[in-house]
Amino acid sequence: MNDHTVKSFDEQLQALSAAVAQMGGLAEAQLAAAIDAIARRDSSAAESAVAGDARIDALQQEIEERALRLLALRQPMAVDLRDTMAAIKIANELERIGDLAKNIAKRALVLNREPPIRLTQSLGRMGKAAQNQLKQVLDAFSSRDAEEAESVWQRDGEIDEIYNSLFRELLTYMMEDPRTIGLCTHLLFVAKNIERSGDHCTNIAEVVYHMVKAGHLTAARPKADITSETSVPYENPAA
Amino acid sequence: MVESLRLLRGWMGPVLLGLVAGGAVVAWAGADALWGLVGFALLALLVRRFLSFEPKAARASTPAPPADPLAGLPPLARLLLERLPLPVMLLDGNVRVLLTNGDMQMALGPALERKHLSAVLRNPAVLDAVETALITGEAGNVPFSIAGLVERHYEAYTARIDEGLVALVLHDITAIRRSEQMRADFVANASHELRTPLAAVSGFIDTLRGHARDDEAARDRFLGIMAAEAARMRRLIDDLLSLTRIELNEHVPPLGRVELESVVRQAAAALAPLAAQDGITVSIESAALPEILGDHDELVQLFQNLIHNAIKYGRSGGQVAVTLGREDGPNANVFAAVKDDGEGIPREALPRLTERFYRVDVKRSRERGGTGLGLAIVKHILSRHQGRLSIDSKVGEGSTFTVFLPTLAAPDVEEILQKPPESHPVTEVL
Repeated sequence: MNDHTVKSFDEQLQALSAAVAQMGGLAEAQLAAAIDAIARRDSSAAESAVAGDARIDALQQEIEERALRLLALRQPMAVDLRDTMAAIKIANELERIGDLAKNIAKRALVLNREPPIRLTQSLGRMGKAAQNQLKQVLDAFSSRDAEEAESVWQRDGEIDEIYNSLFRELLTYMMEDPRTIGLCTHLLFVAKNIERSGDHCTNIAEVVYHMVKAGHLTAARPKADITSETSVPYENPAA
Repeated sequence: MVESLRLLRGWMGPVLLGLVAGGAVVAWAGADALWGLVGFALLALLVRRFLSFEPKAARASTPAPPADPLAGLPPLARLLLERLPLPVMLLDGNVRVLLTNGDMQMALGPALERKHLSAVLRNPAVLDAVETALITGEAGNVPFSIAGLVERHYEAYTARIDEGLVALVLHDITAIRRSEQMRADFVANASHELRTPLAAVSGFIDTLRGHARDDEAARDRFLGIMAAEAARMRRLIDDLLSLTRIELNEHVPPLGRVELESVVRQAAAALAPLAAQDGITVSIESAALPEILGDHDELVQLFQNLIHNAIKYGRSGGQVAVTLGREDGPNANVFAAVKDDGEGIPREALPRLTERFYRVDVKRSRERGGTGLGLAIVKHILSRHQGRLSIDSKVGEGSTFTVFLPTLAAPDVEEILQKPPESHPVTEVL
């Protein structure tokens, strides 16, 4: 970052991005706890994820206020303006990821009261992929690395592919044994939420790219989620 | 409106002031004072340039260098910090990194100094512990994990050394955590997967003791099935054991120098009898490749698994082609592609192939003696080698499994080879 003649301005900008990184850490911990809650049937992790959301929300407000104050008092230009806007946008996305994690954790509390189902392992794997994306994009933010942000953006397709596969498998499960419908519906939402957090990571990647390069990642992103067009034909298991 | 206010605060303000004052003079003294007006405006600009109206602290001037909190640190202490075989970091009162040692840079990456802790180690629990230490002086000890291809686990110790100076020391507990996790996974997987063949074997034993006791034909058939089930159990245990061993070491980078082509040839040679049984020919085509850093035995196992799969799921009497090469570019990866001409894999199964016990076609896999672990083993070996696997498949046309492995520039290889080996001894878990 360039040095400004007004030193406190620098400090304010740095404090802002430190707050965003801190919020990122909270979102990471939140998502990790939610995924653990599902994959390891760890209900105490689920409870901590549910409780942790309030802190993320508070930090988002704080970041927004800091950024607004900075905009009003300093009228930042060029890269400083992009930094400030990026802080607001990223905080917004992180808050959404926190919400999704909280929702996953709540469902984990329900799932863990039922007998174990093997598919939670696959969800755990999908969750790890999303955690990875979040980690990389936050690293890219901290190190202002546009290439790394772009590679996160490119990789979202992998999570989508796992989602497609799980979606089909869950539908098949439900058809084979209607008793699993309740459980599988929760799992379906968990998978959807993980997929959504992956999407938020790509949004953050776009913001980071713009913050560093002042340009946009405009090429069509490799979107691979096809579940909205997927149907599995019903085969009567009794037949 | 805001825009014009901003201008007013900038250079426009003084100029306007000058003009107004000048105007008053013109009105009072007549047209001759027009020059006076211009003079006032210029004067006002000069005043603006050299006299700042901003508060003193924010005035544009070279700021005094901040007092170095490490000034009192004797060189010997610095050396001690650097040589400590533990990641250590010193932080100031604003939670900014003052000093790190080499181990810390290995753990968190280079160029950490002057950054806020949350920019280099984004863990809320650690951040809280550091802040607590800063404010109350209370020492802390929190476990945390860093996500990634290979998750790492640490314990963070915090202690206040002085007013506004906190030390953060990490203890890498990845190896301990992994071995705990492996044990749990092994027991869960083994008991689950061994149940089916075991049930079959004990069922046949009951039958042989009972009404099939004197039926010679049935006895022979049952013994054959029991032998096959026992063999399946043995394969499962073998695969589970090697998976466990590989996972345990996954976070330790391999240090051997390996020639990819000889590895692939060795793997293919071991499978030649199997290929001959199915009338499948295995061909290997290679370009001149640089050596890579790797674990020879693990890489042989990786290619054995891939070539074995290609033989198992390929067309009987068909072709398995292994192509070795190198991507374009200065630090390009080397790759090895294993291609079969079997039935191919449906698209929705592709992302999950490396999942433990995931099988595209359960019945077929059982028939062909698959354990459902082969590609999981491949994945873990690759993640230790920082490589990746890409799978291309078209239903009806066959599949290609391509392994990419990083090459290192020559100096890097030397540097890594000179490093003493990791201090975590490999122990068998079971």
